[in-house]
Order: sequence, then C-alpha cells, then structure tokens
Amino acid sequence: MATQHSRSAARLMMAPAVVLLLGWMLVPLIMTLYFSFRKYLPLRGGDLGWVGFDNYVRFITSSAFWPAVQATLMIVGGVLLITVVLGVVLALLLDQPMWGQGIVRILVIAPFFVMPTVSALVWKNMFMDPVNGLFAHLWKAFGAEPVAWLSEASLPSIIMIVSWQWLPFATLILLTAIQSLDSEQLEAAEMDGAPALKRFWFIILPHLSRAITVVVLIQTIFLLSIFAEIFVTTQGSFGTRTLTYLIFQRVLESQNIGLGSAGGVYAIILANIVALFLMRIVGKNLDA
Amino acid sequence: MARAVTPQRKVINTALAWGVGLLIFFPILWTILTSFKTEAQAIADPPLFLNFDWTLENYAIVQERSDYMRFLWNSVIIAGGSTLLGIVIAVPAAWSMAFVPGRWTKDILLWMLSTKMLPAVGVLYPIYLIFIKLGLLDSRGGLVVVLMLINLPIIVWMLYTYFKEIPGEILEAARMDGAGLREELLYVLTPMAIPGIASTVLLNIILAWNEAFWTLNLTAAKAAPLTAFIASYSSPEGLFYAKLSAASTMAIAPILILGWFSQKQLVRGLTFGAVK
Amino acid sequence: MGRIVLDKVTKSFGDVQVIPPLDLTIEDGEFTVFVGPSGCGKSTLLRLIAGLEDVSTGQIRIDRQDATMVPPAKRGLAMVFQSYALYPHMSVRKNIAFPLRMAKLDQAEIDRRVTGAAEVLNLTDYLDRRPGQLSGGQRQRVAIGRAIVREPAAFLFDEPLSNLDAALRVGMRLEISELHERLKTTMIYVTHDQVEAMTMADKIVVLRAGNIEQVGSPLELYREPRNLFVAGFIGSPRMNFIEGPEAAKLGAKTIGIRPEHITVSDSEGPWSGVVSVSEHLGSDTYFHVHDTGLAETITVRADGEVGFRHGDRIHLTPRMDVMQRFDAEGLRIA
Repeated sequence: MATQHSRSAARLMMAPAVVLLLGWMLVPLIMTLYFSFRKYLPLRGGDLGWVGFDNYVRFITSSAFWPAVQATLMIVGGVLLITVVLGVVLALLLDQPMWGQGIVRILVIAPFFVMPTVSALVWKNMFMDPVNGLFAHLWKAFGAEPVAWLSEASLPSIIMIVSWQWLPFATLILLTAIQSLDSEQLEAAEMDGAPALKRFWFIILPHLSRAITVVVLIQTIFLLSIFAEIFVTTQGSFGTRTLTYLIFQRVLESQNIGLGSAGGVYAIILANIVALFLMRIVGKNLDA
Repeated sequence: MARAVTPQRKVINTALAWGVGLLIFFPILWTILTSFKTEAQAIADPPLFLNFDWTLENYAIVQERSDYMRFLWNSVIIAGGSTLLGIVIAVPAAWSMAFVPGRWTKDILLWMLSTKMLPAVGVLYPIYLIFIKLGLLDSRGGLVVVLMLINLPIIVWMLYTYFKEIPGEILEAARMDGAGLREELLYVLTPMAIPGIASTVLLNIILAWNEAFWTLNLTAAKAAPLTAFIASYSSPEGLFYAKLSAASTMAIAPILILGWFSQKQLVRGLTFGAVK
Repeated sequence: MGRIVLDKVTKSFGDVQVIPPLDLTIEDGEFTVFVGPSGCGKSTLLRLIAGLEDVSTGQIRIDRQDATMVPPAKRGLAMVFQSYALYPHMSVRKNIAFPLRMAKLDQAEIDRRVTGAAEVLNLTDYLDRRPGQLSGGQRQRVAIGRAIVREPAAFLFDEPLSNLDAALRVGMRLEISELHERLKTTMIYVTHDQVEAMTMADKIVVLRAGNIEQVGSPLELYREPRNLFVAGFIGSPRMNFIEGPEAAKLGAKTIGIRPEHITVSDSEGPWSGVVSVSEHLGSDTYFHVHDTGLAETITVRADGEVGFRHGDRIHLTPRMDVMQRFDAEGLRIA
C-alpha cells in the first residue's frame, strides 16, 4: 500500500543494508569454496593448484576429524541438556511469588553479560586450578584429592563453563514464555483438581515447547561456533578440539588453507541445516 | 498474575530463589572480591571471603602495566562505532520493510537473519586475506566494519519489530503535511522510535563488546579490545589471581551495568520475535 | 482554489481492480461526501486524491494542473485521518505548527497561525499538552487544526468521526459543517454513515465496489435514487422494497416506498398486516409489520403518539406520488 514514489525510495533505502550483507555473505563464501578445491599452503609453496575434492576427503578421513565431531556433539548436546532442564526449573522458580524477585533475576542473568574470555579465564584459574582453585580447596576440605579439571575432565569442564554462560539466556526466554501463559488456564486446571506435577506436564510444558525449540536452535547455532572458551583454556588439547577449533587450527596455525576451507564448508552446511529449522519457526511467526 | 500464597510458601520460594541466584552469580562475585585482595590473600588456604585487607593496588598495577586504558578505548570505539554505523544503515532499511512492505520483504528479512548464522570460522581465511590486502589487520576501522556486519541483521530485525508498532497513518500524515522523506525519518519516525532505537543500541553494544572470535583473530597489539586483553592473561599472568580479577572486573563492569538495563529487550532481540 | 478532477482513474492491487475507470469532478468550495458500505473503495479513492496511493491509469487534476505524479507533500491538500494520526512526541502546538515548519514559514507567521487556529478550535488552553493527554474530541480538533493552518486547496477527511462516541459525533459534525461555511474551501469527506452524508454534504457520491452508483445533492438522492442500491442505502430506516403482483400492477419489477411515506390506521388502507415489533423513539414510532403478503417485513414510520402494539392488525396506506418503481435491472423508472 504505497506509491511508486515511496516504493522506489524504499528500495533505495534498503540497498545499503542488502548490498553490504550480500557482499559480506558472498565474497568470503565464494573464496572459501574456491580455496577448498585447491592445495594452498601460504608458508610452504603457496597456491599449488586444483586438487578436486581431495581436501574434503582428507578433512573427513584425518584422524582429528571424528574426535572433533564427537567433542562438538558432546559440548553442544551437554550444554543444551543442562541449560534447557535447569532453565525450565529456574524459570518456574523465578515465576513464583517472592521477595526481591527483580534482584534475583539480575543475579541470574549476569553471566550472560560476561565476555567469554573473562568467564573462561576465571573458571580456569580461580575455580578449576588443581592447586589454588576454589574447587581444589573445596575437595581438600572434604578430604578428597583435588581434580585437575581441565586436563582430567576437560570436556565436562568446558560444558560446565559454557552452560554457566548460556543458562541465563535459556532461563530468560523460558521465563518470558511462562509469563505469557494465560493464568486462567492454570486456574481452571487447579479447579479441576489437577495436582502441580500434572499441571506442569500437561499445561506448562506444552506451552513452553515452542520457546524450548527456539532456545535449542539459537543456542545450537552459537554453540557450534564457540571459540574463545577453548582458546583460553585448553587450546584444543585433552579432547576438547571441536570442529570450529580444528578448522581454526588448520587455517591459522598450520596454514593449510585448502584443508581448512573444506572444513569451513562442512561447518557452513551444518549450521545451515540448523538455521533452516529456526527460519521456519521465525518465518511462521512473521505471518501471524 | 496475583496468586495468593501462604507466607511459608513465599519464604521458601524466596530462600530457594536467592540461593540459586547467588550460586549462579558467585563466580562474578568471587572475581570482584578477589580483585580487592593481595596476591597472597587471593590464594590463601582456606579461601578468604570478606575477612581480608581490602586494597586497590591491583587496579593500579593492571592499569600501569598493561595500558588498560588503550584496550578499553579500543573496546569503546569498536563496540560503539559498529553499533552506530549499524543503526545508520539499518534505520532506513527497517523503515522500508516496516512501512513499504513488498513481495520480497519477508524473504529479505529471513535471508538477513540467515547471514547471522554463517559460522565465522568458515570464512575466517577469506576475511583474514581481505584484511591483509586492504591493510585492515589490527585496525579499529576494520573491526568496526566486521562487527557492524555480523550484528546488522539483529539491528535491522529489532528496529523492524519496533517500527511495525508505529501506525503508518502517522507517517502518511507527515507526508500530507509536506514532509519529504528526510523530514519524515528525522522529525517523525526517529523521535517516535527513540525507545526502540535505544534498546537496539544497548543490546548491540553488549554483543559487540563481548564478541570474541573476530576480535581475537583480527587484532594484535594496536587495535586489541578488552576481549584480547583478557585473553593475554591466559598464561602465565593468569596465576596472579588478584590482578586477573581486577582486569576482569574492569572488563565486564561497564557491560554488566548496561546489560541489567536491557534485560527486557534481550529476549526480543535474540529470538527475532519468535518468543514474546 | 480547489477544483479536483478525476479523469478515467483506475486502481488495481495486483490483479484485483478495486476502482474501475471513474470520472468525477469536485467543484471549488464544494463539500463532497463519498459514501458506501465498507470495502466499496471510498477510502482508496480518497488516498488516490491525496497521493498516498498511485493511480494505475488515468489522471488527477487539481486546479487544472496535472497532479497524477505529484507526491502528497506537494499537492497542497490537507488530510484528517480516522485515527487522527497526531505526532505523539510533539505538543499540540508543535503538531499544529508541523506543516508550517515543513513549508519553512518564518516563526512569527507560524505563531500567528497556530494561535489563530487554536482560538477557532477552542484549543488555546491545551497548546502545551501532548496528544496522549487529550480526549478523543480534543484530538480530533488538533487534527483539524493541523489541517486548517496550511490553508490547503482542499481538505480530505477519512472517516474522522468513527472513533468518537455518539454524542460527540453530532457535535463535531456541526463543527465541521460550520468550518466549511466559514472557510468555503473544498472538502472531501469519506464515511460509511449515510446520516453524516445527508447532513453535511453539498454533493454525495455513492460508491459500490469501486463504481459510482450516483452523484447528486442529498435531496436528489433521496427523491430520485438512480437504482435499488442507492434507494436502499440513503434514508433511515431503509426503504421498503416490494416485488410480485403489487409491483406488476405499477408496471415495475420492484417498487419502493419509504417508511415515512406510509400512513397507518386501524381500520382502512389498501395493505394490512400484523405488528411484530414497535420501536418507540419518542418523536417517532417505527412499526415492523409482518404478514402483509408483500414482503417479509414492511417498516413504517409513524408519529410518536401512535400506540399500536405487538400482535395488532393494522392497515397501511402508501403515498402513491412518491412510490419508486424499478425495472428488472434495478434501475429506477422515471
């Protein structure tokens, strides 16, 4: 509903954003695709020509690949499980009447605003250090042997750090969803004599299903590319080398651009599969 | 929802919620406390909670040794600059999509979001190469552009949802009143959308401030922001807990405060309207 | 000056043509009302004149100038919207001054005109308030104030009273009519309420599905509706339509008689029926009469003192001199 005039103005005003994002998407994407088909070692001979799908095959068949996939899945799955379950519990708790609700909310949300490098370092040194970390003190206080968390239980440690960062996000979104639940529905169920557990299972959880889906999808996209947490803690050692970190090492550390680019293409495909599901939910909401 | 509960129930709720809240907040609290200890007190066994000699010396040392102000300034420029640049580009685009929707508007919006999902590591080398070729490596300008681009979809999206709430008739009234496009945007739309624009700015400063892939990989000494400054503590200075804590506190304090103001907008901005 | 000519104007949204070729001339100083049921294209037509929508084909001329491609800001028209569309972030004073600021008038002139408009519209005490602090009627006045300060070639009103309550609506109707008397500027007014159309207009344009059904003065439309649609739309309560032998007697497919043109009696009259509902308005009484053998219901408007009740058998006498006759196509037979 507009005039030719405003339509052409609209196109003009949309142009900068569209052109910039198109460039941002296409130029590196095409370069990555191009490199992925070449043997390209900037420090050892430079561009050595076409190799077809060699890089793709080598990336998958390298001994580092499956462990990386495994580590990635463990971290993403572990963090999702922890944040969603605890997020639902926390959201339910925060929805209850209490004193100082606003302050509790702020305390719970705070970790989300801590930059990843800070939270990784603080956890690594001040909590998980086997000599001076707080956990070590705690273990000793109970007469147990302190654990060298980041080398002996490296994956669970990373999962724990990342979960701490993302729990606020899940909680906040689930809390918003719970608060949008029509209270009359719950009251009706209460009048019908449904006990609390049944009310949760049959009314609250179905109501939350969409919010949970959104949390899972968005977190998956961000978790697939966590980087700083590994960069400042284990540097990918002790079985914490994720797909993202593996590609980073191939590209910047061993400067094997072709191989890294092939890995990058895999990562892009993987992220797009998840993104597709998220887009469908967001798109549906746009129509409503 | 004003549900009546027994006082006992409320006490239990309160105790439980505060317990969990403090537990989650504890690492931050501990970091802040440790920043006021001496190095010896920081690793004391058993750990000291409040019964130590409060000192500010760590802050002084960190500032002196690492040129903290330069990193802070880089963070401010990069986060603020990328957000402002993003707003300037996004306001006209969001206006177009909200008030002159066409056949493709929805697709363009979704496509913009999908660029946000592109894994950074997949395009790391091309960007790296482009930065070298253009001489942008370790420059604030380069990072401003990159962070603007990765957050542009969120900015456009948030502004779009805020603009959608402004009745189109008011903009048409401005047109009838003789306002050109520039006046319409400047005198009518923007002032009406100030609250929405402010929350968008806030959230994006937070996101840009904490961004830790491109800031780590595209900077060295000159343009490094606080994320990289903290990463440099990874070893061996990291073992000086009190100084690490002071540096960390300084890095997160500004954004923690901004963040608490923007918690309402957070949900909207990060779920693209999929959860209300 | 404000003579507006629509010349073979059409409008399509995609494949749907909402305005078929349409010609219309609105004379300078005329109060023209576009009326019709919702979805008849009357608001679209107004927006075409305003320039908020493009015409698909055809030409719009304002004072002999081709304005078809002129953007709304340059057409010299002022518009009052259904939602008032006040700028919520500006005071009343700034709202009214906005078009003058856009026209780059000097501050003294702006102040003079805003003060003048505020006096005319009784808004002087509210000049420093925000629209959110005003009542519906006051907001409406601000919207009108914003329109009059520009001294436009014509005013466009898009259902301006539909958000007001009934009592206020009557008052504002009078105010707008008085404004027109004083300014003598062309006004185009869109409404779905035929009472507003009848009471305010110099000229009524009845629209249905984008087509002009009839153009004329209120009394012309009342006395000589061109077809069944106009006959049914203008006048309240609605005209009674009768088909069958009674119509055939007069050589028509359908005959129409207005409720106020039927007299009732308990003893004599050519038609008779049973009162199903009687609505007492005080000044008038409406009888809804069943079982006449003519139509499902015949509505009759009688004096307020007439006291028939539910179930009474009554006799009806139509005034034959104002009986309307329509042919098979629904057109009035002159």
